[in-house]
Amino acid sequence: MTENATPSVEMRGITVEFPGVKALDGVGLRLFPGEVHALMGENGAGKSTLIKALTGVYRTTAGSISVEGEERSFHGTADAQAAGIATVYQEVNLVTNLSIGENVMLGHERRGVFGVNWRATHRAASEALARLGLGHLDTHKQLSSLSIAVQQLVAICRAMVINARVLILDEPTSSLDTNEVAGLFEVMRKLRDDGVAILFVSHFLDQIYEISDRMTILRNGEFVGEHPTADLDRHELIAKMIGKDLNALKELGGNRRAESRNRAVEQPLIEATGIGRRGSLAPTDVQVYRGEVLGIAGLLGSGRTELARLLSGADRVETGEVAMHGEKVDLKSPAAGLANRIAYSTENRRDEGIVGDLTVRENMILGLQAQRGWARPISKKEQNEIVERYITALGVRPADPDRLIKNLSGGNQQKVLLGRWLATQPELLILDEPTRGIDVGAKAEIQEAVAELAESGKSVIFISSELEEVVRLSERIVVLKDHQKIAEIENGPDVSAQTIVDVIAAEDQS
Amino acid sequence: MSGTMNAQATRPAGLTGLAKTAASFRRAATTNLAILPTIASVVIFVAMVVFGEVAYGRIVQVSTVSNLLINNAHLIVLAVGLTFVILTGGIDLSVGAIVAISSLSGVKLAQAGWPPALAILAMIGIGALFGLVSGILIQHFKVQPFIATLATMFLGRGLASLLSTQPERLSDESGVLWLATKWKVIDGPKVNDFIVTPGLLLAVVIVLLALFVLHRTRTGRTVYAIGGSESSAALMGLPVGRTKLLVYVISGTLAGVASVIYTARLGTAQNITGIGWELDAIAATVIGGTLLTGGFGYVLGSVVGALVLGLMTVLITRDGGIPPEMTTIITGGILLVFVLLQRVVTRARH
Amino acid sequence: MNESTNRTAGLRRLTRNPMFWGVIAIAVLLLLNLIKDPGYLAISVNPANGHLVGNLIDILRASAPVLMISLGMALVIATGGIDLSVGSIMAVAGATSMVFLKDAGSDPGSAFAALGLSLGLAAVLGFVNGALVAFVGLQPFISTLVMMLAGRGLAKVITGGQNTNAENGTFRWIANGYAIGIPVVFVLAILVVILVGFVVRRSALGLMVEAIGINPKASRMAGVKPRGILLAVYTLSGLLAGVAGTFAVSTVMTVDVSRTGYQLELDAILAVVIGGTALTGGKFSINGAVVGALLIATLNKTVLFLGISSSATPAFKAIVIVVLCLAQSERVRAWFVRRKQRSAESGPLPQTALLKLDRDRQEAGA
Repeated sequence: MTENATPSVEMRGITVEFPGVKALDGVGLRLFPGEVHALMGENGAGKSTLIKALTGVYRTTAGSISVEGEERSFHGTADAQAAGIATVYQEVNLVTNLSIGENVMLGHERRGVFGVNWRATHRAASEALARLGLGHLDTHKQLSSLSIAVQQLVAICRAMVINARVLILDEPTSSLDTNEVAGLFEVMRKLRDDGVAILFVSHFLDQIYEISDRMTILRNGEFVGEHPTADLDRHELIAKMIGKDLNALKELGGNRRAESRNRAVEQPLIEATGIGRRGSLAPTDVQVYRGEVLGIAGLLGSGRTELARLLSGADRVETGEVAMHGEKVDLKSPAAGLANRIAYSTENRRDEGIVGDLTVRENMILGLQAQRGWARPISKKEQNEIVERYITALGVRPADPDRLIKNLSGGNQQKVLLGRWLATQPELLILDEPTRGIDVGAKAEIQEAVAELAESGKSVIFISSELEEVVRLSERIVVLKDHQKIAEIENGPDVSAQTIVDVIAAEDQS
Repeated sequence: MSGTMNAQATRPAGLTGLAKTAASFRRAATTNLAILPTIASVVIFVAMVVFGEVAYGRIVQVSTVSNLLINNAHLIVLAVGLTFVILTGGIDLSVGAIVAISSLSGVKLAQAGWPPALAILAMIGIGALFGLVSGILIQHFKVQPFIATLATMFLGRGLASLLSTQPERLSDESGVLWLATKWKVIDGPKVNDFIVTPGLLLAVVIVLLALFVLHRTRTGRTVYAIGGSESSAALMGLPVGRTKLLVYVISGTLAGVASVIYTARLGTAQNITGIGWELDAIAATVIGGTLLTGGFGYVLGSVVGALVLGLMTVLITRDGGIPPEMTTIITGGILLVFVLLQRVVTRARH
Repeated sequence: MNESTNRTAGLRRLTRNPMFWGVIAIAVLLLLNLIKDPGYLAISVNPANGHLVGNLIDILRASAPVLMISLGMALVIATGGIDLSVGSIMAVAGATSMVFLKDAGSDPGSAFAALGLSLGLAAVLGFVNGALVAFVGLQPFISTLVMMLAGRGLAKVITGGQNTNAENGTFRWIANGYAIGIPVVFVLAILVVILVGFVVRRSALGLMVEAIGINPKASRMAGVKPRGILLAVYTLSGLLAGVAGTFAVSTVMTVDVSRTGYQLELDAILAVVIGGTALTGGKFSINGAVVGALLIATLNKTVLFLGISSSATPAFKAIVIVVLCLAQSERVRAWFVRRKQRSAESGPLPQTALLKLDRDRQEAGA
């Protein structure tokens, strides 16, 4: 592959706008035949938006797309497929109720006078699978009989059946183990050698360095750079992804110092031993002490939210156990978590946080009311007290408790939710990305609130993809990578965002 | 397997024909667990036949089979239509009402002097039209299937009541009645004959057509795919929107065909015809092994399910001890039991 | 300047309230009747017994059963479900009380026993619906559809297939008696509405029902436990259907196993939706359901009064439901939003609607 060849796909100056939000601003991408090209970026960088812009799922407000030199625009996945651009998504978009062979050939079955000729169709499927080393599969078996890893390979095989020249793999390795990843990479190399252009979206740094030839980095909807993989070292890559100058990272420390605790004697407020869930988190130990702010840092997909969900009861643990005040607790639902004085503020405000058509007041008291049960309503007087207290303390604007929460800005919605959790008087408050998508002013207010909480004796788990925030607020920092805890750092004057980056960038010893 | 019962065994060459079929059955059963509930329904049917013969006698004879088929031909057609809809994960509550409005319209048209062929076409066309309305509400306006077909159900019943509240008769010479002419296929002793009617043959043709569409056309496979995962099917480039609309049109059209078969047999139509038939059709489909959540099921299973319900009515009548009012309760109970079983099985599978 | 803008703002808010249109519709229907008979609205007092007499009084009396089932339906729909069995449960309750009273005495004691039995059975049937939805996780439409058909079968079994009638003064008084000049049945209905409204709004039940209907995921994360609430709501719906059935049969002291409550679920759904509760669930309005029920009763009476064949009304009601479905569908709402955007009116764009539109577009076009 030489840079003088015509790109299989070239996107120039792509801008995608939604009401009030610019998801992509002047982004470019070049894919050459016979290469594996990585698309990198943190959450909200715009990776999936770029892919959807390419396949025509999203309309572009500016920019052009050309396929093999010709300018094209697509109207959807089917259209893009017809032009040879196939996408395999993380959720393996196949239909598990049909057979393997049928999934490979669906929409392109071999037909005869009497309708679909199944023998020919299955034969064609077997041949296509054989080309990827999967010829041993019985194509008559149901797709659901295969593991996710193999299903993914079947999805790729389907892309080849339709003679795709461009293959987009969106987070294909998130649910795979090491052997399965090796199998996938073997297939990818084979396809690359056949001249297919592969766009590989992933956040697993080690894998990127193993398989990709070049990479494009996005941040906040903007194009940061395009580099041959060999030319960019891990530290530089991470720095570019989080948008901080490599040298400046060192400056981003807080003055927090881990409180001197005699860990041997003091019992942690909450202690989780070996908690894990298949596909989301490897068995992990975590402790949080009274009045402590524990930060959880890691790149996208490292397992931060998964850990939070397990600690709060949003998901049930498959392995390990959780103990509060030394006694084992069964966190089988968020209600159970709240009953144990654990409150969890999710990262997905819109779908799992606000009840849009209810007022600020109703949203704020919902958690406390749920604890009390429907038969014991919170009195108007108490409601007003709660609402006034938190609207003032958190600075909710407009300060109108009877406004529908969906009409508030994101930052103020977050504050109302924070009020909801605080009203339940939790001992442990887990905040997952509380400042995401919020303006600078509101961000500062929320960070201040977190610090005050800890001072008043509550424990806080603070999860954020902004390393400087984590470093500024936390006493201790747990670092996650690829669904595992890889480090625990005690904050101090010599700890900065650089420290965390170093920890993550360190190559796997395994 | 894609569900064809008459599979081709590709591996064991050189076996005898019977062994080949047995091998393909076994492979179908193990590679595709979805066929098990349908096999279960066949077993239930056979068990009921045996029980009936032992308890009441005169079940295992050609006239009983013949009557069972003829009297339930309309239900078979309804169940086939509903199978398409349920396979996509939807539901159609309007089929009973469509039968009422369609049959009343047809009879009124025949009474007004329309030639029987046109009246029959009109009946089918009305069904198609109702199906189209439901489909547009569901596909284009994203109304939930049960609400949309509930609305068309009320609409159909309302329009039927507008047309007439009394039973409307076809004249004795009406050409429509031809569909109910009895053709003796086997002349047995006394009244034990095997009779078929053109209406029954029409039902058989519909079943065969449905089999072909669902197992040998891309549209049919898209129906299954939508039931498996609508979003995946769309991302795979299948014509999801068009197909979703189509299944409701099919359901409505077949409801029209069912009304033709039924009206020919009875010779009359009334606005209260078909009350509860949507439940019977859903029950037949569910008993036959089609999952309410979509993606799994066979047309032949729905046929067996319809016959199970029909046989149940026969046995209840023969018994004489159970009041006929209990049939809806029993049908409802059976449907609930099967739906619960489905939930248990699907949860266990995961 | 300020006063007139305040007035227009207030007017706009009024016209957006669905109850407003319900009241307008009732007024229009009454107007039609008035045109045919100028004395339509007259209310007089019967000198013999002090009862109020008039067409309006008849409408109030006729609205009692619909009021009850609409109340229950509003709560069920708010949770995102539906109860198709209310008409059949009415029949079961009516059948139970008639069959019981046929053989029991005509004393008030028997009347109360009949009431207890029929209401109890109705509540049990509602509870079964709730259990199937909340614990087994069946979709509401299928479990209540089965109950709808099985319930009518049950009514027929209870009466042995016959339309049963009975004699009992106290029971008859429920639907035919008067209290302070107004039909007792309407007074009872209003009392029930007030009671249920009180319980729902004064306790946190209403809030939880709405939360579950609007965003089940967020409600779960906030610690709301849906099972108890769903059970309560479906049981209440069954109980209210039992009350409605009692009202219905008490009028003529006969239960018609085929006709009692037949298709009344249509009326209930229509009343609830007219009153401003979306079929997809979420915020509900009891006052709106009341207005909707009164509108239905007025519509039924108007059709009779104007001499239009009453068999036309179900078709008309079905068309109204279809229209309301369309009006509530996302696509149509987004279309209205886009029109507003184009004419650049004041106010921020409802982001959620437009984002949803984009999501729909992706799902449709992808």
